[in-house]
Amino acid sequence: MCGLAGLIHRGKNADIGSEMMQMLQSLKHRGPDSTGFALYGDGKQDVTILRIKFAEQADMHSGFDIHQKVIDRKAEMKRRLQERGVEVVAIEDATEYSCRVSIKNGGDKKLIDYLEDIDEVEVLSVGRNLELIKDLGDAQTVGDQYQLSKFNGTHAIGHTRMATESAVDIRSAHPYWAYPFSDISVVHNGQLTNYWTMRRAMERIGHRFLSNCDSELIAVYVAERMERGDDLETAMRRSIDELDGVFTYFIATSDALGMAKDVMAAKPMVLYEGDDFIAMASEEVAIRSIFPHEIDTYDPYDGEVLAWKIN
Amino acid sequence: MENKLSEKMRGEELVGRSQQMFFTPEEEENFLYPDSLEVDFDKTAEFDAAEMNASEINKKIRALMADGVGTITVNNPGAQHSIAAGILNRLKLNINGSLGYFGCGLIDGPVINISGRVGWSCGENMMSGVIEIAKNAGSTFGAAIRGGDLVCHGDVGGRTGICMKGGTIIVGGRTGAFTGFMMQRGRMIIMGDAGNNLGDTMYDGMLFVGGKISSLGVDATEAEMNDMDVRWLTSKLKLYNMDTSKIKNMTKIVSGKQLWNYDNLEPSEKKLVL
Repeated sequence: MCGLAGLIHRGKNADIGSEMMQMLQSLKHRGPDSTGFALYGDGKQDVTILRIKFAEQADMHSGFDIHQKVIDRKAEMKRRLQERGVEVVAIEDATEYSCRVSIKNGGDKKLIDYLEDIDEVEVLSVGRNLELIKDLGDAQTVGDQYQLSKFNGTHAIGHTRMATESAVDIRSAHPYWAYPFSDISVVHNGQLTNYWTMRRAMERIGHRFLSNCDSELIAVYVAERMERGDDLETAMRRSIDELDGVFTYFIATSDALGMAKDVMAAKPMVLYEGDDFIAMASEEVAIRSIFPHEIDTYDPYDGEVLAWKIN
Repeated sequence: MENKLSEKMRGEELVGRSQQMFFTPEEEENFLYPDSLEVDFDKTAEFDAAEMNASEINKKIRALMADGVGTITVNNPGAQHSIAAGILNRLKLNINGSLGYFGCGLIDGPVINISGRVGWSCGENMMSGVIEIAKNAGSTFGAAIRGGDLVCHGDVGGRTGICMKGGTIIVGGRTGAFTGFMMQRGRMIIMGDAGNNLGDTMYDGMLFVGGKISSLGVDATEAEMNDMDVRWLTSKLKLYNMDTSKIKNMTKIVSGKQLWNYDNLEPSEKKLVL
């Protein structure tokens, strides 16, 4: 069991950080291990944002020299950015072990690989609009820690995780960014039974996987299909046939958000579709946490795929 | 149709061991749980649940019943889970709003009206009474119900009536995949379309579908409608103000009974025999 939430404000910016915190907090009972947010802000035309972590949260409590190691890793990151001639706009610490880096016109695969070559460094997301924040604890804890209540944007997806098949750490937390494709993120509830077969196929064509979590595969798979020319909806429809198992997942790009359910519809999802606002979640309580009044909702059916443009 | 499965079904009696206790009709009509409460339907109460959690709402309902209130209205339940579960008493309960998962599960006796929608597993294991929902319902609607009427005027998700053992489920709209999966007894009416694998591995019972059937499940088969079916459908649909004109075009689905492999011997007895 895990909890999913997603929302779209069509054609306008809103306080999506606070809204996602409320939605995910109301789904805490579906997954208390970790919480993650993929928030899509305004973005600037020529600025790319990288969310980077230098250690697992749990690592910060083990070993007397971990704090110095993290400082060293950050320094090495800065050095490598400089070495590559990247124009850094700002580096802001999010926590002791993670930061937000804004750079001018960059964030390609080579740079990401070079940064991740530093011991324990992981690039959580790259994008003009996407900012991916995930950590251990419930939505309120993570949201407060990363000050998400101030985040404005157009759309977002989020996840509360109950770990079943991989570790309780940030690496295994959702959402997953679809390395190396900027601005694509995924949250997933369920299990993929052909994970290793599909992962090996993806690895053979050059994709890297940072975790052993099956959800990461969806992000990479869909992004790879889009790279080959599929639009978001087509890629998702193809995933229904090619990914085996039970799942509901949400996927977001800079200008779209979609949902897909497996052919058994074994994992729950409730959808509310208004004229200028769309919300979806594993349970209606999440939608009602930001909509105090009665609304008309429905459950999408087996094998159903829906995608919405943001504007 | 050559193979009159519907007649075969009614003519066949299950044999073998059972621990089920049977009541006479009179006993059944008058049965009350030992700790059931005496309530008066004319005595009414209403409360706002907007600031209450599920446990507080359920305790409030029980406290009102203990005071003899027979008609209760709950406003703004906020789609919380497990509301009105486990009520084993006569009661008229009106819920103004939507419920989350497992709403009204395990009930025996109350008549419940819900003005909004319900989440997964509404009415699971209900034994008697009525639940009537104005809008949509989630998956596993009426899972394993044993009796009573479970009615949804909107669309319902997948696995509706999974393992149902009696009673009636009525869906005003469409249902998802695996509706009637492993159904054992009871009847289901679907006014709209039914999803894939309808009636998959059903043992017994009947499904009536007014719309299109995406596909039949394993061992589910079409049977002929008879006069008794039409009379029963007419009375049930009228009861809940549903369109009876669709009855003439309904498709009846029953078990083909090709997967029946019942063994009347206990494992220990089987060892002795073999």
